[in-house]
Amino acid sequence: MADKVKEKAVVIRQEEISLDIYSMWIETKAAQSAKPGQFVALYCKDGSRMLPRPISICEIDKAKGRLRLVYRVVGKGTKEFSQCHAGAGLELMGPLGNGFPMEAAKGKKALIIGGGIGVPPMLELAKQLEAEEKNIVCGYRDLLFLDNELKENGSLYVATEDGSVGTKGTVLDAIKENNITADILFACGPMPMLRALKAYAEENHMEAYISLEEKMACGIGACLGCVCKTKEKDAHTNVNNARICKEGPVFDAEEVDLS
Amino acid sequence: MNTSVNLAGVTLKNPVMTASGTFGSGAEYGEFVDLNQLGAVVTKGVANVPWQGNPTPRIAEVTGGMLNAIGLQNPGIDVFLERDIPFLKQYDTKIIVNVCGKTTEDYCQVVEKLADTEVDLLEINISCPNVKEGGIAFGQNPKSVEAITKEVKKCAKQPIIMKLSPNVTDITEMAKAAEAGGADVLSLINTLTGMKIDVERQCFAIANKTGGLSGPAVKPVAVRMVYQVANAVKVPIIGMGGICNAEDAMEFILAGATAVSIGTANFSNPYATVEVAKGIEDYMRRHQVADINSLIGLVK
Repeated sequence: MADKVKEKAVVIRQEEISLDIYSMWIETKAAQSAKPGQFVALYCKDGSRMLPRPISICEIDKAKGRLRLVYRVVGKGTKEFSQCHAGAGLELMGPLGNGFPMEAAKGKKALIIGGGIGVPPMLELAKQLEAEEKNIVCGYRDLLFLDNELKENGSLYVATEDGSVGTKGTVLDAIKENNITADILFACGPMPMLRALKAYAEENHMEAYISLEEKMACGIGACLGCVCKTKEKDAHTNVNNARICKEGPVFDAEEVDLS
Repeated sequence: MNTSVNLAGVTLKNPVMTASGTFGSGAEYGEFVDLNQLGAVVTKGVANVPWQGNPTPRIAEVTGGMLNAIGLQNPGIDVFLERDIPFLKQYDTKIIVNVCGKTTEDYCQVVEKLADTEVDLLEINISCPNVKEGGIAFGQNPKSVEAITKEVKKCAKQPIIMKLSPNVTDITEMAKAAEAGGADVLSLINTLTGMKIDVERQCFAIANKTGGLSGPAVKPVAVRMVYQVANAVKVPIIGMGGICNAEDAMEFILAGATAVSIGTANFSNPYATVEVAKGIEDYMRRHQVADINSLIGLVK
């Protein structure tokens, strides 16, 4: 048995921290082996919704055996999770996926970038990452969340689509406006953002690790539902596809084809 | 209590198997369940050469089930022989390899490469709705079902299972054609072709536009088809389609299936296979049944 568990986690507390964005602390054995960038699969109680929802890990409290999940309500499944109160049980499998390569940042100037609902996994990364310098850039549509916690773990720069806070525009606009430089970047967010960052990292000869998402079924690498194209033939699949739930969700940007 | 069943001379310790494509070659779910407790593991479809599969999204959830259009991504038979068969040989379970192809020659190449391996049975996939060539093209016309069955049977050393599509007017015609072609066992049903539209984004939920519907939503259709086929042919049947628990499995067995496969349920519960196997024993105890075989096709 590997470090993955499938069990009933217990909700410790839950609150809406921004419009449709929920923060939930749960007690689970999955906390013991969880790493920044990994995710958990949450199962609905309603049996008509069969597939688990992959939710990124926002914070890990090993001492108390707890994980913090911050997620957006986008459909009936996440709506169901958002209605779980303290004490409620929630079927979970995890931790899943590979997480960020923490050792890669040692002695380097690191740039942590989150976009929208890609911001949450960057909090635990920012907390644990050992780097020479840590700059964090987060992009939001309008309303900010997790910004106070992020500030405690690095220099935070913000971009908003409407310009209400920070740079008006994208995370890349914020990086340029603030003349932020780095040797290595870590990012999670919408595909257009990741594509732009992959190109940006290539132009500037930076190492880049990006976290991808895709519709998943099994969550453990069996069904081949969630793949991304890869530049080289993947060792497991023997074709130019890697499993996001298993080999990912974090990939070296150079190795994946986001076109 | 006897839970063992016989498929074309191969004895399974119990009637519970995995449905091809939902379980890889067992390695991933082997972290959750003891593969030794399964009657057989049916592997993901494998072709003569690696297949890239379809673009993403490949998956969409629907009420009571899901759509998938993986497109039979697979590493090709050579990698499969080197890696997956040795993995499965570590366990005391039967190995059933699902074979896919674009042409008759493709199928035969794979089957020939498997001839001298320790694989117990071959499942020939003539019913995948998600690839343009091969797959279902062989499975929707009785003449082509009989023809491919004959060709594969000629080059196969192991008994062959023909996996039938529900996307036909009369599945008993396909079943009879497969039996006439020399099929040793039939498995049914593969997925039902479906579609989901994302109304907010005004686009298809799956890149392939259509996908195969599986899960509890298809179960009544599958039970009906197993019943019909059981009454139309003499060869044993592996029943599948939305089985989530032992009661579901018993419906298929009572309708005429000798064995059952667990597919989509693995995604909502990774322990589904072993729970069904145990649940069948509980059912037999509750009904004071000494031999599972006495329940096959009991409901007429």
